[in-house]
Amino acid sequence: MQGSPTSSVMRRGLAAAWPICLGYLPIGMALGVLGQKAGVHPLAIGFMSLIVFAGSAQFIAVSMISTGMPPITIVMTTFVVNLRHLLMSSALAIPFRGKRRSLLTLFAYGVTDESFAVNYPKLIEGNWQIEHALVVNHAANLTWIVSTIAGGYGGQYIPEGAFGIDYALIAMFICLLIFQLRGRIYFITAIIAGALAVGLSLLLPGNWHIILASVLAASLGTIIKQRSGRPTT
Amino acid sequence: MMPLWPEYVFMILGMGMVTYVPRWLPLIFLSRQQLPQWLVDWLDFIPVAILSALLAPLLLTSGADPHLDFGRAELLAAVPTFAVAFWTRSLGGTVLAGMLIFWLIRLYWPM
Repeated sequence: MQGSPTSSVMRRGLAAAWPICLGYLPIGMALGVLGQKAGVHPLAIGFMSLIVFAGSAQFIAVSMISTGMPPITIVMTTFVVNLRHLLMSSALAIPFRGKRRSLLTLFAYGVTDESFAVNYPKLIEGNWQIEHALVVNHAANLTWIVSTIAGGYGGQYIPEGAFGIDYALIAMFICLLIFQLRGRIYFITAIIAGALAVGLSLLLPGNWHIILASVLAASLGTIIKQRSGRPTT
Repeated sequence: MMPLWPEYVFMILGMGMVTYVPRWLPLIFLSRQQLPQWLVDWLDFIPVAILSALLAPLLLTSGADPHLDFGRAELLAAVPTFAVAFWTRSLGGTVLAGMLIFWLIRLYWPM
């Protein structure tokens, strides 16, 4: 916990954040393009990225705007789509035990699938403070805001799928999943969660399959762990 | 601009609020409690479960009204990408390798 100099915190945070930023670039630009087609000004999309900062919910919101859905429906859909962050923040509460409320209040703004997946294993490993994690969150946030605005202004001139950049986030999830396979029960939990998510995604609307599959698989993992005694690996 | 300005601003503020509160509540309250061991275990399984639940449908289903699809370029590219992640343990390296693999697959094997 010794106070490392700010520049080192920045450097280490950015070194961890760049794959997220790379992945956000094409997705943010695609959102900007769609927003523009839906008649939303690029700066209004940027405003949404600043206030909401949640990729999939913003895509859904833009498509709902373009079909003329009422704002209250859009807000309620956003709530459901983003409810999964509740699980992520709950998991983060353990490494962040006893941290200052003001820091946590700032941190909560930047909890996304991607920043969570990058920060969580590092926090558990130790040698990663909330300051490093905040750099990751805000680098991702800044990239997201800028790329959605840029997409609104000139995204249509960039060829789709250039350099496979639209695979960046999937590749990132793949690698972060590998990092999380810390033992047999984690592996079993991952298989159950994946199978359930696929099955449920065929049946349920929105993002419910992610929440339900995660909750069920984590519960089964916990039960298996309790049954098989203490050692996790 | 599609929605009228004040209406749009209120909608965005509403979206922001319903997104922020679930991100904030557990951080503030659970970080102040001594949690029982089963809950700590459960929360420790959440990341692997969420990652797998996010990823699997991206690889195995397609369409706006999703259906199972085992022939996606995303799935084909995932096999070598998993291998790269497993052997290199490098996030940046895996992202770049995955992009290259996916790009080549789409270039030479359009699906």
